[in-house]
Amino acid sequence: MPAVLEVRELAKTFGGINAVNGVSFDVHDGEILGIIGPNGSGKSTLFNCILGQLTPSAGEVRLDGRAITGMRPSDLNLLGVGRTFQLLQVFPQLSVRENLILAGQEHLGSIWSRLAGRPDAGLTGAANRMIEFFRLAVVADERAGALSYGQQKLLDVAMAFMAGPRLVLLDEPAGGVNPTMLANLRERLRAINETAKATFVVIEHNMEFVMSLCTRVLVLDEGRIIAEGAPETIRDNHDVIEAYLGH
Amino acid sequence: MTRARTARVIAAAVVVAAIVAPFTLKPYGIYLLSLWAVMTIAAIGLNLTLGYAGQISLAQASFVGIGAYTAAILTTQGWPLAAAFVLAMALCFAIGWLLGYPALRVQHHYLAFVTLSFATLVFLVLRNEEWLTKGVYGISGIPRPTVLGWSTQGPVDFYFFCLGVLALVSAATWWIIRSPWGRAFMALRENPIRASSLGVDTRRYTLMAFAIGSVLGGISGVLYAPLVQFIEPNAFALGLSFNLLLMVIVGGSGYFYGPFLGAVVSVLLPEWLRFSEGLYLILYAVFVMILMAYFPSGLLGLAEGLIKRAGKPAPGPALPTRDGDAS
Repeated sequence: MPAVLEVRELAKTFGGINAVNGVSFDVHDGEILGIIGPNGSGKSTLFNCILGQLTPSAGEVRLDGRAITGMRPSDLNLLGVGRTFQLLQVFPQLSVRENLILAGQEHLGSIWSRLAGRPDAGLTGAANRMIEFFRLAVVADERAGALSYGQQKLLDVAMAFMAGPRLVLLDEPAGGVNPTMLANLRERLRAINETAKATFVVIEHNMEFVMSLCTRVLVLDEGRIIAEGAPETIRDNHDVIEAYLGH
Repeated sequence: MTRARTARVIAAAVVVAAIVAPFTLKPYGIYLLSLWAVMTIAAIGLNLTLGYAGQISLAQASFVGIGAYTAAILTTQGWPLAAAFVLAMALCFAIGWLLGYPALRVQHHYLAFVTLSFATLVFLVLRNEEWLTKGVYGISGIPRPTVLGWSTQGPVDFYFFCLGVLALVSAATWWIIRSPWGRAFMALRENPIRASSLGVDTRRYTLMAFAIGSVLGGISGVLYAPLVQFIEPNAFALGLSFNLLLMVIVGGSGYFYGPFLGAVVSVLLPEWLRFSEGLYLILYAVFVMILMAYFPSGLLGLAEGLIKRAGKPAPGPALPTRDGDAS
């Protein structure tokens, strides 16, 4: 399987702290890679370095063999890399449909054609399909800020998929979501993975969610990868149990 | 009646009133109405930059000043006002674009101070570069234009000229706001980090928001000069910037109709309160304080809240959230 994303010796230092300390891994086309690790193990920092929110202190990131290290987040997104954040990030004053149209509009035409063209950039249909797919039809015209936490979380994920990305990095999609909504989310992610052939990297604390969704799991501790493998082998790994439960 | 339809009906009534009003007023009343139209244009510009794109600016008066001085200098030397429009818009676009750069680094009150310093700089140029601006003596005898054979010398004619420009500016702004640009501006206001992760070029949109808002400030200035026919630097000092900010906030920041209403409060209300003689500024100040303390989303925010309460219980925050914190 060819690698969609290659991360090589990536490092990020804050003062004297090595938040990410020489991490290397590949993400293969079509897989759902899970990244787990205790709080403060560097998972979100790793994401932010890959996605251009932070500039890495060292190392390299490649997308389809092309160097993307330090590229601006907006340019990276236009190359087909979507993401969600650990904390909820929707636009509260825009309606659910407007949130989704926004998430797709910058991928169409030029900045000038967007000014001259249709107000919805021709995306109302696509937004409505996404709303159906994530079962948000009843709240489609509500302001996103008025939705329940779980619904906002679904919207947040839906936005990451609006432009049809080939790689999506999800930072704790299950955090604070109730079990019913979570089953819904997992099922939706699987469906997109199968039908749209999208590749995922998922940071998650919810073990059951990771083990049931991911095809491969990386374990991060103190900025390093301490284990890698299929979900069932990771579950029984001695180092992993130690990292989570302490010494 | 839906909210959008209510707004349209009210807007139509206001348009009719704006057309009929000058025929019932004395020249000073017509002058005030013209001033309202001119200030509304500048406030619409600031509303785009601040209300929609979320970038605070205390320099809007500077762009009104740049526009006014461009018009005054050119038209007193025989150039047509149209030339002043073109030059002022180009100047304000370029300077506004440059003023946007600090906003790529700092936000909120830091950005307010950057724009405040810029406003001081422009004021000093207007006051000290006497070869160009005649300094504190100001420029007088600014002619009113003849538009396609229509002389706007009389107060009613000039008022309709201002109203026409206001209509054009409103239409253009309406177009921008409902286009994908408007959505991108609001995304910039609500969450720039999330916006950039969705492909929104936050840098370009920030600069564009400043440039377009500044152009509208310039247009307002080009009308202001022939309206008052005498300009001097103090008219474009910080006081006007704060006044424009007040118009945007009082009217309802981020509401399309906000600046129209805000300019009524700022330009016309003080005059209506003159019946109280010495008390009018005190009444005005108290009104603004109460409004801001209890209805920080402005008059239109208040109206929207009342309509919602009459309809159904409205969930969600009453105030636009401006946090752009990332994980």
